[in-house]
Amino acid sequence: MSIRLSRQVRVDVSGYLFVLPQLLGLVVFVIAPLVLVVMYSFQDFNVLSGQADFAGAANYQRLLNDPNLPSVLGATAVFSCFLVVFNVVLGLIVAVLLNQRFAGTTVFRVLFFSPVVVSTVAWTLVWGFLLQDNGGVNGLLQSIGIHGPNWLRSPIMAIVAVTAVQLLKGVGLNMVLFLSALQGVPRDFHEAASLDGAGPVRRLVSITLPLVSPTTLLVAILSLISAMQSFALVSVLTQGGPGRSTTVLVYYLYQQAFQSHDFGYGSALALLLFAIVLALSLLQWQLRKKWVTYDA
Amino acid sequence: MRIARFAAVAVSAAVVVALAACSSPAGTPKAGASPSLTGDPYHATLRMTIWSSNQAHLDLLNGIAADYKKIHPGVSVKFDSIVDNYTPTLTTQIAGGAGPDLAWITTTDAPDFLSSNALVPLTQLLKSTKGYNFGDLSKVDSSVYSKGGELYAYPFSNSPFAIYANEDLLAKAGQPNPSQLIASGQWTWDELIKEAAAVHASTGKAGATFQNFNYQDWTQLEDFWDAYGAQPWSSDGTKAMFSSKPMVQAFTAYAKGLASGAFPQPGTTGDFFAGDAAFTVTQISRASLLDGSFKWDIVPLPKGPAGQYSTLGQAGVGVLSSSKHTAAAAQFLAFMTDPTNSLKLAAYFPPPRASQLTAAVLKANNPKLSAQQLQDVVVDTAKHAESPKTVHTNFAEIQQTVRSALDPIWQPGANVENVLKQVDASLQPLLEKK
Repeated sequence: MSIRLSRQVRVDVSGYLFVLPQLLGLVVFVIAPLVLVVMYSFQDFNVLSGQADFAGAANYQRLLNDPNLPSVLGATAVFSCFLVVFNVVLGLIVAVLLNQRFAGTTVFRVLFFSPVVVSTVAWTLVWGFLLQDNGGVNGLLQSIGIHGPNWLRSPIMAIVAVTAVQLLKGVGLNMVLFLSALQGVPRDFHEAASLDGAGPVRRLVSITLPLVSPTTLLVAILSLISAMQSFALVSVLTQGGPGRSTTVLVYYLYQQAFQSHDFGYGSALALLLFAIVLALSLLQWQLRKKWVTYDA
Repeated sequence: MRIARFAAVAVSAAVVVALAACSSPAGTPKAGASPSLTGDPYHATLRMTIWSSNQAHLDLLNGIAADYKKIHPGVSVKFDSIVDNYTPTLTTQIAGGAGPDLAWITTTDAPDFLSSNALVPLTQLLKSTKGYNFGDLSKVDSSVYSKGGELYAYPFSNSPFAIYANEDLLAKAGQPNPSQLIASGQWTWDELIKEAAAVHASTGKAGATFQNFNYQDWTQLEDFWDAYGAQPWSSDGTKAMFSSKPMVQAFTAYAKGLASGAFPQPGTTGDFFAGDAAFTVTQISRASLLDGSFKWDIVPLPKGPAGQYSTLGQAGVGVLSSSKHTAAAAQFLAFMTDPTNSLKLAAYFPPPRASQLTAAVLKANNPKLSAQQLQDVVVDTAKHAESPKTVHTNFAEIQQTVRSALDPIWQPGANVENVLKQVDASLQPLLEKK
């Protein structure tokens, strides 16, 4: 006996079948881990014994009493703020410069973009050697008569170094995004403004920046998310030190869950990180109404 | 209406999560009573995690597994190398219900594994295994792998720490060799620090380095502070002792050495085996890195104010209680560590068996070291050397906390005593944690 399905049902079923692989991936790799993390955050979970006792809100109370958390959140805030600001500013400056027509533009674009395709761990390892006290950066500074700092061993310079290494790794991608946006700015606008007597700076501020503001928002959100997830960089370069100066939230989460075997508290920290990223992304999205003057 | 529906879904999800949170993960043993051996002892596919990817080590282990399969065709063993992040990877596998059957266990992890009943007790099985000669193990300190007189991991590697010296660099700096200082009874840390500073001043190379220390893994300094009679916490593990007088003395001596150039500055490198340092504190297995490009010697650790002492660098192998084949895994462990196979393992790992811990056995597998060097540095030392004292339950958190609190001590002009008081203040709550 054969079952005849109506055309509408067949269309519906085929539609569901098309989205099924993506849906399965979403459930297995995103939703299920998220539910498990929420579950673990209510447990006192001893990984080695396999003992998982219901702990109520104890892990969340610990978030309030953890003496290390203020410095961890401070380092995360400093790192993220610097990274977002410099990614936007530097990405835009490089894009504006490389949007000009001069010999070798393509070479410079490739040079700036190439770190994006390099493995993060390989990139960080190389910078780890370069930033040693007797490494390449200080050797270069020495050659021009400057005694460089011990980059990775001073609390202030370590956060500067970590931010700079991450910035250089990712700024190429932002440059490409800005370049694309800049090339979408109609030339007529600039010509009309020039006829009205506007100089280059005035045209940049009044025409270019407003027209690329959707891209600026995108770069800011992507930079923030990337900053919040900068694990490999900290793990390879400083392991959170010296002191806790470069222990950002994602690295602290790793230390608690995977080094101290405390999955319960690690999961509570993961949810804190999730909440912070979500809140900041929503805030930026809301703020777009104020500073994104042109929404394509 | 939509809000009410959303609220209903959210409340249902919260109830499901809360109920799930109240349950234990399936297939994992409860903490409490010691786990017993389960499963068919002669039919299983076993997996053992190790932190080495050295092909020679793998060939040796695979050879032992192949020999076992000839006797028990129903048992296969696969060795899984986890080179980076060994313990986090192992614990993640265990948490995910995909843990191995057997695993190498570091000394620092041993207390957590033992207190969580994550390992199967071995004493009874090993004692009852024909021809095992369990009493032969008693000459080496295995306290870190034991609880209540019961052995939970077989200490397959027992290598005392020693000093490698670059005699070419010492000659360039006009300094006597360690062997000369030993002969004259002047082989002390003070003397080593003076020599290291002199080498740095005259050659620009590093003075003395500690294996893998890098100003982060502070446990590597244990050989140094042992010489001053210091320990990081009380023997019962309840009281932080970084600010004790011997520890302050030890760190003051280190800080002076750092200022004089005897020890490399934080953030700099000095690879002894590339000829870039006068001394290094490490184990004999590193001799394989020596390429003959400079004249070297290996000698026991120097004396300190507390006299002669020695610490063992150990590694153990145990059967995980989360395994479904603990009986088969324990039987294989007994075979892998019996006198015949222990002798094979001795090619790379100084054995815990007194009858095999001899210069002749070690010499056969360490051609770069003389029989006398092996006698002095390994055989004579291992029998009275102690397991490391930097072990404690919850060690990973202790390790991070102390590393972070110790960081200011490496800055020029640091107030050693104040920093160490801060270390104790940070450490004490962790030692009191149940």
